[in-house]
Amino acid sequence: MNNTLFSFLVFPGFLFIAVIGLLFMGIDRKLSARFQWRMGPPLWQPFVDFMKLLSKEVVLPKNVNKPMFFLSPLMGLSGVIVASLLLFRAPLNPQGAFIGDLVVFIYLLLLIPLSVILGASSSGNPLSSVGGSREIKMVLSYELPFILAIFTAVLKVGSLRMGDFLLYQSQRGALFLTSPSCVFAFVAAFLVIHAKLALAPFDIPEAETEIMGGTLIEYSGPLLALFYLVRAILYFTLTAFLVFIFWGGITFTGWGAVLSLLKILLVLFLVIVVKNINPRIRIDQAVRFFWTRVFVLSIIGMGLAIIGW
Amino acid sequence: MGWKEKILRRSLWVYHLGTGACNNCDIEILDVLTPRHDAERFGIKLVGSVRHADVLLVTGVITRKCLPRVLRVYEQMPEPRVVVAIGACPMEGCVFKGSYNQAGPLDKIVPVSLYIPGCPPKPEAIIAGVAKLMETLK
Repeated sequence: MNNTLFSFLVFPGFLFIAVIGLLFMGIDRKLSARFQWRMGPPLWQPFVDFMKLLSKEVVLPKNVNKPMFFLSPLMGLSGVIVASLLLFRAPLNPQGAFIGDLVVFIYLLLLIPLSVILGASSSGNPLSSVGGSREIKMVLSYELPFILAIFTAVLKVGSLRMGDFLLYQSQRGALFLTSPSCVFAFVAAFLVIHAKLALAPFDIPEAETEIMGGTLIEYSGPLLALFYLVRAILYFTLTAFLVFIFWGGITFTGWGAVLSLLKILLVLFLVIVVKNINPRIRIDQAVRFFWTRVFVLSIIGMGLAIIGW
Repeated sequence: MGWKEKILRRSLWVYHLGTGACNNCDIEILDVLTPRHDAERFGIKLVGSVRHADVLLVTGVITRKCLPRVLRVYEQMPEPRVVVAIGACPMEGCVFKGSYNQAGPLDKIVPVSLYIPGCPPKPEAIIAGVAKLMETLK
């Protein structure tokens, strides 16, 4: 019981993922600044921002639906914490989880856009409704390629349990390096991650210069801090998830831990590069991009996996 | 002072409100955010919504049309909040002083923490002003 509580709250639970996630966000801001030939904020800036937002006042808008407005950030946070716990428990005890925790993980990740949509639509602001409707369209366009990409890897491994991905890849090498189908799947999943994190080419729901922060426009103080934390944790969880599924898994012991951290940082670096060299696209372009390009990419990967590549 | 102020001065999120400025001060504010001056190294970030903001930058003379908007935007800001008047216009009116349409200096309407004079102020002056603001928040 005590051990369960520790793993929920400290390692590999809330505290661990929150600290690393905020650090990853700091890396993103620093590197983005360097890409633009700026000094950039210090690496711990997201921690300061988070603490500051916690210490501020919550302003309630006039037409707000109170319960939904307060509950939706909590829903997003609990969803992302449980999802990360499922992911990071697997390296500690590969055979310990139930079969199908990968499916549960995908469902839990869906709670985060759902919380953003609910929060945006309950705040009673027209711009945030626009952001919410864009978020719905983004979810409808990126979710299927994401699931197909993951199930390509599932076809190769032949199991729905995350621990089995670790065992399979420790015996036969990383999926992404040994099978051509998983290269397609990796690229598709990599592009979907940008949309899930609402990063530059697909930051359409938030679009600061266009709809003033979109979905989060009415949020202030601690509630905004919770959404900030959700985003930070997602940075870590999603990049770690890509490494976990396609690139040999992650471990917490010995040199393996350093190696997996380096892999995660490399994926994060690629995410930041793509973020910085792309402008924001329109929502119709994004939907078309996901349904015609990324979807086709993941279908090709799936087909290759079915014929055994 | 408490830890709140210490943290606040390391992470000032700024909302920019133009109340009928001639656009010169607005361009100087953009200059502060460009790679050459880079205000983000102090943790200063321009945000799109006033509800995320700690600092309200006001540029331009307060016109009668703008007066209710200024009050409304100020009331929407969460505490603790800071108002900064950029340029000569919100201070005393600059070339518009005595105009029928001027609703008075900004500090008669909302409490102002920092004045940065100039028409327009240089980016260096804005950064120097913000550094002084950070010291007062200690």
